[in-house]
Amino acid sequence: MTVTYVPPTAVLDVLRLLTEGPQPGVVLNSPPGAGKSTAVTYMAHHLARHGDQVRVVAQTNSQVDDLVAKIAAVDPGITVGRYTAYGYPVPATLAASNILIANRFPDLRQAAIVVATAAKWLDPVITERGPWAIIDEAYQMRSDTLLRLASTFERAAFVGDPGQLDPFSVVNVDRWTGLAWSPLQSAVAAMLANNPDIPERQLPRSWRLAPHTAIPVSDAFYPFAPFESAPEQGAREMWMPTRSLGNSPADRAIEHAAANGWAFYELPRRHTVRTDAEAVAAVVALAVRVLERGTMLRDERHPDGARVTADRVAIGVAHRDQMAAIKTGLAETAYPNIRVDTANRLQGSEYDIVIVLHPLSGRRDATAFHLESGRLCVLTSRHRHACIVVARDGIPDLLDAHPSADPVPFNTQPRFPNGWEANQALLEHLIAHRIRAL
Amino acid sequence: MSLLTSLARAHASDQAVAQRLTTVRHLHVSSEPLVFVPLAMAGEAHAPLAVMIGTSPDTPELLTVAQPRNRDQQVAFAYELAKIFAAYITPRTNRRLPVRAGASGVQYRCADAPQVWVPNRAGVEFIRILGRSTRLRRSTGEWAVPRNIPVMGKWLTFLADRAEYAGSAMLVAATDALTLHWATGQSTEEDQHLPAVLGWIAPPPGMTGRDAARACENPLKVPPAGPATDPSFDNGILEPLLAAYHQAASPAASRIAEDKIRKELRKQLDGTWHRMWQAITLLRDPSLPAGAHVGVRWERDLDAFTQAADWIATSPGAQPKRDSAVYAARRLYWLERAQQQYDAERAFDDPMVMAEARMIGEAFVGTVIAAVPNRRVGRSLRPLITVSTTDAISLAAGESGLRRPELLDQKTTVVSVTRDGDTVMVELELREGMGSGREPRPGTVPAVGDSVCYSLFKDDYRRAPTLPRKEDTPWTHGGPPKPYLPTEQDAQEPWS
Repeated sequence: MTVTYVPPTAVLDVLRLLTEGPQPGVVLNSPPGAGKSTAVTYMAHHLARHGDQVRVVAQTNSQVDDLVAKIAAVDPGITVGRYTAYGYPVPATLAASNILIANRFPDLRQAAIVVATAAKWLDPVITERGPWAIIDEAYQMRSDTLLRLASTFERAAFVGDPGQLDPFSVVNVDRWTGLAWSPLQSAVAAMLANNPDIPERQLPRSWRLAPHTAIPVSDAFYPFAPFESAPEQGAREMWMPTRSLGNSPADRAIEHAAANGWAFYELPRRHTVRTDAEAVAAVVALAVRVLERGTMLRDERHPDGARVTADRVAIGVAHRDQMAAIKTGLAETAYPNIRVDTANRLQGSEYDIVIVLHPLSGRRDATAFHLESGRLCVLTSRHRHACIVVARDGIPDLLDAHPSADPVPFNTQPRFPNGWEANQALLEHLIAHRIRAL
Repeated sequence: MSLLTSLARAHASDQAVAQRLTTVRHLHVSSEPLVFVPLAMAGEAHAPLAVMIGTSPDTPELLTVAQPRNRDQQVAFAYELAKIFAAYITPRTNRRLPVRAGASGVQYRCADAPQVWVPNRAGVEFIRILGRSTRLRRSTGEWAVPRNIPVMGKWLTFLADRAEYAGSAMLVAATDALTLHWATGQSTEEDQHLPAVLGWIAPPPGMTGRDAARACENPLKVPPAGPATDPSFDNGILEPLLAAYHQAASPAASRIAEDKIRKELRKQLDGTWHRMWQAITLLRDPSLPAGAHVGVRWERDLDAFTQAADWIATSPGAQPKRDSAVYAARRLYWLERAQQQYDAERAFDDPMVMAEARMIGEAFVGTVIAAVPNRRVGRSLRPLITVSTTDAISLAAGESGLRRPELLDQKTTVVSVTRDGDTVMVELELREGMGSGREPRPGTVPAVGDSVCYSLFKDDYRRAPTLPRKEDTPWTHGGPPKPYLPTEQDAQEPWS
């Protein structure tokens, strides 16, 4: 795919603005799975031709490793540096001969492109300023990190998904609300608030989300910057090679999701604690059942069809205690290693099937945390083939009882769409795929 | 809300009395706190109407403003209040004890710091706004005020800023201090109502907590703990008295009207005043001994107080209106660090707090069933222990964040996790913190049969981030800020 990569106009625009534009920064927005890392790879190589070292910033070590592998695969003649912490176990995927791994920055002098985490770029040994930086997953980076990072580059392209969760902090103070340089916002938000003339571009098509997935996600979370599913990717198919014994609601939900891309598995109405035992059991049962039934899929990566394996299934939740409860449930099954994680940590990852415990399931109130559109967006846009949402009946009533009435402080941009609207929109879509558990 | 807190609240509701959430007290309680109960005028947010203040339950001082919209009366009120604050704070800035000998010689730290108690979080906000509206005043020029008013403003701002730090005890909201230790059977919104919280925790004899809380719902019988007054008081009592004060034809008549206003305001404040001391007494009860880290946290407050005392004594300026980009980033680092320390220290001090971490599988308590204390890998000492636990842990092999509260500098790596029904066997490799001898120092490697607790809480010293200098603020954050110079306008600002 990389060999024949035809960069979208947005990417060419961003490169032109970055190298010749009047502003020192440019933003490339990318909806889920829109070929962000491919665009970063292309841009890094393009900039490397200017002769100066290109600095690529990612947020986590696994993001860096993925990027290094991808960038190095394009052209064996270009040396790609991977700047690591001392003692970081480098994965086997970084064995190509044009990859240079070093924990001393001077050792990377001959690399045309150097990739490292934001934390590593803040190393005080890096004193000289580089001409270019590409900041990947920039919406996951916090403003205070950018404040420290900005001295390492002249010009930067900020690449990321604006629909995702804002960066996280353990403290919750409102003393900086409305300040353009509030350290609690994302790096992109801070940069744009201080430099309103910075241009923004958007990647137009998602390669991850199939058409039946892209439309509801785009409608609910990106109503003002819609995207579509890339048509070149051809048909996707998911099917069960066996018929189920009996006709349990879980089996029907899985079959419905296989055929339609979505299923809304609805438990009876009840107010519950966060670690709702029945919902946890339902999530575990669905994940296990998907694998037990030997679910098959076919897409452009597997033109001959392939069986869904445990590492291609993930479970997404809102809270860590829910994660713990589900992991405990899975430990007793044949598939204890299915990934269970919170929305924050699932950002940027991709699976074939994702099972989501709805953040509002069983709740009596809808707080800003549980309504946050980014949280639901991350959870419902990780899948290539199917997404099964598990929830208690009663969410529409809960939303009606908690209309969005948050005050808008001075100097802040209200977020559109707000979480309440996004929840309503997605729910309206999900109701059409409802399977009742009882 | 965590599962355990939900459960405690359900119990409280079921048994109609508050339930303990902790085994120890997690808050420093001063031997001489300053209780501060403010009232503001309805519709004039933060225009002070009255304050009851003092360090002894029997001798409160009452300050009132008969006409909160009158600037002269506001200044006179602030002047009196500033005298009280100065009498409380200044002696504490002077008495210093040597604490440590560093490279620069012996360092001195204030021996005690102020502890100001307000009824609720709105009271903290009141302090912040009062600080904001007084610290930028000037003692010279056209709008001059007495010198002690801007000094009080700086101190109030310091206290309100410091209250953002988790675990700081210099400005305490009584409702938060109580609900940190007890779960009531009412909602968290209702938990900001001091009389109701006290009703749940310490009902009068013969009454359930729920009934006692319910009895506090009538604002005519139990005036709210402020700063907002009850509208029926404003309309039915205060408004006619204010009108009488305005229409007073002679100084004598206006003094009579003023006395009446004072009398009514005292009635509004008296109940809250006594409840504040009741809250302090409850927290001083010997059944709630201080947690092991409470003293450490108070020492951090003493450090902050000492720094602030030096700064306020020497700096002519006040805290700026807004944080700069660089200061905000630095402050966020310290706030996050305080939060992490607070969470970890409370868990170390209190098994009921640690239980929250055990519930989500990030800590466990178990028995050592195997130990190889002298195991070496190459030349390094790497003991292995196996802990058997029934806690629902959600950790996998390779996890290196587990620590024992008693031995935080000992690092561990999970070698394997084996499940057998409800029992989980965790095999851990230990390194560091065992002394430099051939054998581990006694007590540093748990022996077979020992009960141990491991959790992901640690007291990691993360180096403070290197931030650009203020004048090097990058373009992404608006570039270098213009230096702030107080102007005449600041001094003219209205009070509310």
